[in-house]
Amino acid sequence: MRRKALGYALSVCVLLVIEVSAASQLRFCLHSNPKTFNPLMVDDDASEAVRYLTGGVLVRLNRRSQLLEPELASSWRVSGNGRSITFTLRKGVRFSDGTPFDANDVAFTMKSLMDPALHSPIGDAFRSAQGEIATATSGDSKVTISFPAAVAGLDKLFDQVAIVSSRSPMKERAVLGPFTVSEYKAGSYLVLQRNPNYWKKDGAGHPLPYLNSIRLDIEQNRELELNRFRRGEIQLINAVDASAFDQLKVQSSSAAIDAGPSLDSEEMWFNQVPDAPIPAYKRAWFQQKEFRQAISSAINRDDLVRIVFHGHAASAAGPVSPANRFWFNSNLKPVAFDPTAATKLLAHNGFHMDGSILRDGEGHAVEFSILTNSGNTSRNRMAAMIQQDLGALGIKVNIVTLDFPSLIERMTRTFAYEACLLGLVNTDLDPNSQMNIWLSSGENHQWNPAQTSPATAWETECDRLMRAQASATNLQRRKQIFDRVQELVAEQQPFIYLVHKNSLSAIANTVRGADPVALSPQTYWNIERISLLSEGAAK
Amino acid sequence: MKRVSAIAIGVIAIIFVCSLGGSVFAPAGHAKQFRENPNSPPSSRFLLGTDELGRDRFARLLFATRVSLLLAPAAAALSTLLAALVGTVAGFLGGLWEKLSMVAIDVFLSLPWLFLLITVRAMLPLNLSPSLSVVITFALLGLLGWAATARVVCAGVRSIRSSTFMLNARAFGCSPQRLVAIQLIPNIRPVLQAQFLVSIPTFILAEANLSMLGLGVPEPLPSLGGLIVELENFSTLNSQLWRLAPVAVLALCVGALQIVKGINEAQI
Repeated sequence: MRRKALGYALSVCVLLVIEVSAASQLRFCLHSNPKTFNPLMVDDDASEAVRYLTGGVLVRLNRRSQLLEPELASSWRVSGNGRSITFTLRKGVRFSDGTPFDANDVAFTMKSLMDPALHSPIGDAFRSAQGEIATATSGDSKVTISFPAAVAGLDKLFDQVAIVSSRSPMKERAVLGPFTVSEYKAGSYLVLQRNPNYWKKDGAGHPLPYLNSIRLDIEQNRELELNRFRRGEIQLINAVDASAFDQLKVQSSSAAIDAGPSLDSEEMWFNQVPDAPIPAYKRAWFQQKEFRQAISSAINRDDLVRIVFHGHAASAAGPVSPANRFWFNSNLKPVAFDPTAATKLLAHNGFHMDGSILRDGEGHAVEFSILTNSGNTSRNRMAAMIQQDLGALGIKVNIVTLDFPSLIERMTRTFAYEACLLGLVNTDLDPNSQMNIWLSSGENHQWNPAQTSPATAWETECDRLMRAQASATNLQRRKQIFDRVQELVAEQQPFIYLVHKNSLSAIANTVRGADPVALSPQTYWNIERISLLSEGAAK
Repeated sequence: MKRVSAIAIGVIAIIFVCSLGGSVFAPAGHAKQFRENPNSPPSSRFLLGTDELGRDRFARLLFATRVSLLLAPAAAALSTLLAALVGTVAGFLGGLWEKLSMVAIDVFLSLPWLFLLITVRAMLPLNLSPSLSVVITFALLGLLGWAATARVVCAGVRSIRSSTFMLNARAFGCSPQRLVAIQLIPNIRPVLQAQFLVSIPTFILAEANLSMLGLGVPEPLPSLGGLIVELENFSTLNSQLWRLAPVAVLALCVGALQIVKGINEAQI
């Protein structure tokens, strides 16, 4: 009898242990296999997620306050007009395998990052000019990194640099972040275990992170991801679309969270490439500022927000989303829907109605195609709504959906398109990350890329301003200059900005401490402070 | 059997006639967006409610059925014609010609037709009107869908070629042209009919597949495939069963065609 009772008690204990360990494992999905576990080589979303969860950085951008906070560096100082930065490091920090962390690791990381043979995508952000980057250590806890020319927003770039060990035999598998990779089955899942040597503690002195482990299931299908969330198999979804969000909201209002406008934008633009294989009279329309302004005025952005995004978006005024609190130019307002003003603008430029068809001064019917990528429901719907809005002005719009490679081919090589509707994913707050968009020589200056010299006066001005903001070290001065760039873009409408989608996420009610924001990674940016309740406790 | 066949043909005819009368049954039209009423449930104004953009689902269903029921048979006719040409030449001439044709058919069948379609479609001019774009999409389906049928036709022709009545005709000095016209074609016709009927639902579904990839019929035109793609968000279907109407129409059309085909084959 006593033996039976003992056995029963033991099995209850085992069950409890299993439940506790399962309860402290957070689960969510990655949408592809990570391409690399080397934090210096990250170039895809899945690898970036792993880097965020495992990598230790010198400074971290607080996704809520959008301010830099000390991490492995207890303090830092930018000097030489943005040409060098000195970090003072925390003492007593160890990598996950127990190897001590010091200034040599920072120097080693920077040297590896800037090694031309490595082709690190993160390293490119630091390459302000030709020349070597020098690192100088002073004792174990001070390191100065000097660049050949000023790097704007230098300290913020270190949010992306996960420090790797110069001595550990485990190389990049030895990490300084809250978790370490413990198991990986390609195409299936990835398990991260708590880093036993993680340096951070909460206010009460408890070691962080709270979670024991994280299981990242690799799931490409968003609908299946949503179903798994509903079944309680995963606890977080970083980004859900508007219709799925509304369904979730109905089922469990606390699970669906709208964190407001994200940094991403949806926009359309006209092809202004001088030698693009399109009729000359169409190119002439597209190069007219007034034509672009008229099209912009004729699009009902409020309807796009209400119908396509179910209200979970904001009409866009320009390239910077209001989510980017510092760099957003609050003087800019979205272009108001005003078909009458659009008609007047067009009439002023020689366009006239012929029955129900709008014609230009030479009698050509105004008709163009809008190219977008296939399989993106919201973009197809936006295109259909724009088609009807412009149809009211007598403009015939043909919508063409192409697979992504064919679309990119037309957009970047053959330039055989008239207008394009796409989105821009922004992960960086600093305008320097948009240099290749706004410089007329930039490859992503989509309406007329890679110009040898600026085609228009306003693009010359834009080039000058972007270079000026990049070389200015005073943040307020940079802001002033970039505000002017935003005003130029709003006036010229090379990109007709439509909406900024909201950052919509799903968080199970068993998750505590999550504080979703618009910046990536929206739901788990404060992963160290996230914990899990058991189902029963949550109820 | 004839009665069942007549009922099946009647069902298709009724669906087709209804689809032709779209402007009478649903005067709002398939493209007009009633933006104040997106996603509304069925009502006297919108018999099947409205879609995400506020367009009348019933009008779109009627127009989509018209597109699919007009163009899928046209594509099936095109592919059957091509298959008849290749299959008859290969089967009738035999020998090296047949071997070469079979190799060509095998190569054609081994091509990833979906990628081929995507590639060809990407090369089309962008400023095609939606209607022309739909016609081209179905024409491409027809042009790429002949190979499997050609093999069946070739086998049929081969068996007819070695039949007693063909030997007799040849023995009486019948010319090859006359042999084909008088003896071969009338005897291969049931096979072609069956293949034609098989191809119609195949092409309707092929267009649906293309629509799943967003490469089917362009906006604002609807097609059965395109309407079915709108059901991808299946979690809301329980409470909105009327959205399944395109599936019901497709099933009805394909089912009726299969019945007609089955009875035709039984009569052969």
